[in-house]
Amino acid sequence: MHLAPRTLRRVVAAATTALLATAVGCAPQPEDDAAAKPSGSTTGAACAKGKLATKTSGKLTIATDEPAYEPWFKDDKPANGKGFESAVAYAVAERLGYDKSAVVWQSVPFNKAFAPGEKTFDFDINQVSISAERKKAVDFSSGYYDVRQAVIALKDSKAAKATSIADLKGLKLGAQVGTTSLNYIEDVVKPTRQAAAYAKNDQAKSALKNGQVDAIVVDLPTAFYITAAEVTDAKIVGQFENQGGTPEQFGLVLDKGSALTSCVTGAVDALRKDGTLAKIEKQWLSDAVDAPVLK
Amino acid sequence: MTLTKDESGAETPDPVDTYTPSARRLERERHKRARSRRATAIAAVSTLATAIVLYLVVVNAPGWPRTKETFFNGQYAREALPKVLEGLWLNVRLLLICGVAVLVLGMLIAVARTLRGPVFFPLRFLAAAYTDFFRGLPLIINLMIVVLGVPALRLQGVTVDPVWLGGTALTLTYSAYVAEVFRAGIESIHPSQRAAARSLGLSNRQALRYVVLPQAVRRQVPPLLNDLVSLQKDTGLVSIGGAVDAVRAADIIVGRSLNYTPYIVAGLVFVALTIPMTRFTDWVTARMDRRRAQGGIA
Repeated sequence: MHLAPRTLRRVVAAATTALLATAVGCAPQPEDDAAAKPSGSTTGAACAKGKLATKTSGKLTIATDEPAYEPWFKDDKPANGKGFESAVAYAVAERLGYDKSAVVWQSVPFNKAFAPGEKTFDFDINQVSISAERKKAVDFSSGYYDVRQAVIALKDSKAAKATSIADLKGLKLGAQVGTTSLNYIEDVVKPTRQAAAYAKNDQAKSALKNGQVDAIVVDLPTAFYITAAEVTDAKIVGQFENQGGTPEQFGLVLDKGSALTSCVTGAVDALRKDGTLAKIEKQWLSDAVDAPVLK
Repeated sequence: MTLTKDESGAETPDPVDTYTPSARRLERERHKRARSRRATAIAAVSTLATAIVLYLVVVNAPGWPRTKETFFNGQYAREALPKVLEGLWLNVRLLLICGVAVLVLGMLIAVARTLRGPVFFPLRFLAAAYTDFFRGLPLIINLMIVVLGVPALRLQGVTVDPVWLGGTALTLTYSAYVAEVFRAGIESIHPSQRAAARSLGLSNRQALRYVVLPQAVRRQVPPLLNDLVSLQKDTGLVSIGGAVDAVRAADIIVGRSLNYTPYIVAGLVFVALTIPMTRFTDWVTARMDRRRAQGGIA
C-alpha cells in the first residue's frame, strides 16, 4: 500500500500520541504509603517471629558497605558473626525470629543505602548516626551504640600535643565524607583551614601517614583500632564531648515508612534492656576505654 | 560580480549591482518563508506536546513525591549553591593551570614523536612509550598513585599538597591524549608542504615551526577543545586527596542530610560552565569549515 507522505505523517503522529497516552495511563499504581500506618508498639501480631514482611519471605536481608571495617566487622566477612556490628545484627535477627541460616548479607555502598526507591534489603547496619535531618530520608531503629568522635595524630607531631579544641583550630584536619566526624570539624572545631574530606577512611589514614593532614577525626572505636593496628605511630589526641548534650547514636537504617521499623526498634530496645548490647560491646569494643576529653 | 559576506556567511550581491528580482523569484521566496513558518509552528507544537507528556509521566510516577523531595529540594539547593561554587573555583583554577601545562607538554611530546632521523630514535621511542602508557592507564588509578603514593616516598622538597599532586596526575594523562591529537595534526599536513618549505631554503626546524605546526594546530582545534572540556570535568577527581571541589562540596552536604539535591546543583553548575566552551568549539569549527569551503589553504 502506498500512502501519501502527508497521510503517513498524520498516522505516525497519531500513533505516537496514542502510545504516549497509554504510557501515562499504564504508570504503575502508587504503593500504599506505609508511613501513614501508625507505628504501634511491638505487639505480637505485627512482629510474628520469623514471619515478618521481609524482602524474601522467611529470610532477613541485612546490608552493609564493602569493605567492612574492624572493629565493627572482622576479616571483611559480615556473615561470620564476629565484630560488634555483625554480632548486633545477628542478635537483632534472633530477636525477630530469624536464626543464623535465615540471615542473608548484602553489600550496599553507604550512599546507595539512602537513595529513594525500592530498597533491596530489610535493614542496613553501617555505623550510621541517627539525626533528625536524616530521618526525613530514611527510617532508623532506636540507637544500638552511643558513639563519640576522637582525634588521631602522629605521635611526634604538633597536633599530638593538643589538649583543647582551641589547639586544633590552626591545624589541617581531615575526615571521611558523609560522617558526623566531618560535621564535628566544621561545627565544633571550626578550623581556620578548610578540612580535607576523603571518600574513604583508608585515604584519610594514608593522608595522615603522608603528612598531608595534621590530624583526622573518626569515631572512638575506629580510632582505637587504627592506632593499635593500622597506623601504630599515631595516637588518640582526645575525644569530643557530645554535641548538644545528647549522645550521638548509631541506628539501623530502614526504608522510609518500612513496615519493619517498629519491630526492629522493639528488638533493639529489648536487647538494650536485657544487657545483650552491653555484653556484645564489652566483647568487641572492650579496649575502647576512655580518651581525654577535648573542651 | 564582486561579493561581500554578511553575518551568516551567505553571499549577497554588492549594492552597486542594479539587480531587481523577478516576480517569480519573489513568489518563490514568499512560498519558502511560508513553508518555514509552518515548519516552525509544527515543531513548537510537537515539542510542547512531548514536554507535556513527559511531565505527566514523571509527575504521575508513584515515587515522584519522594524523588522530588530527595532530588529537587529548594532549601538544600540554596544551602549547596554557595559551597558548590566555592568548590568550583578550585576546578576552574586547576583547569586553567593544567590546561596550559597539557598543551605545552602535549606539543613537546608530539614534536618528539615526529622528529626525523635515526639519531632521534630514543626520543621517538620514549615519546611513544609515554603516550601508550598514560593513555592506557585509568585516570583514577594514576591519581591514586600520584596523590597518595608520591608523598609516601618522603622526598625532600616535593610537595604533599593533594591539589598540586592531583594537577600533576591530570597533566600526565591529558598531555598523552593531547600529544596524539597534535601528532595526528602534524601527520595530516601533506608532505608537499614540507617539501615546498625546504625547497625555499627553510631548515627542517623552520619548516616545522613556520609551515607545518601552524596548519596542524589550526586543523586540530576542535578535538583539542573537546579534550579541554573533558579535562574540566575530570579536575573534580583531585578530591581523592581530600581537596574539596564542587562535587565533593555537594558530597559533604549529601552525607549529612541524605538529600541528593546538592548533586543536581553541582551537575547544573558544571553544565553551565561547559556550555559556553561547547558553543565556542562549535563556532570555531564552523568558521574553519567555511574557510575550507572557500578553497583556501587547509
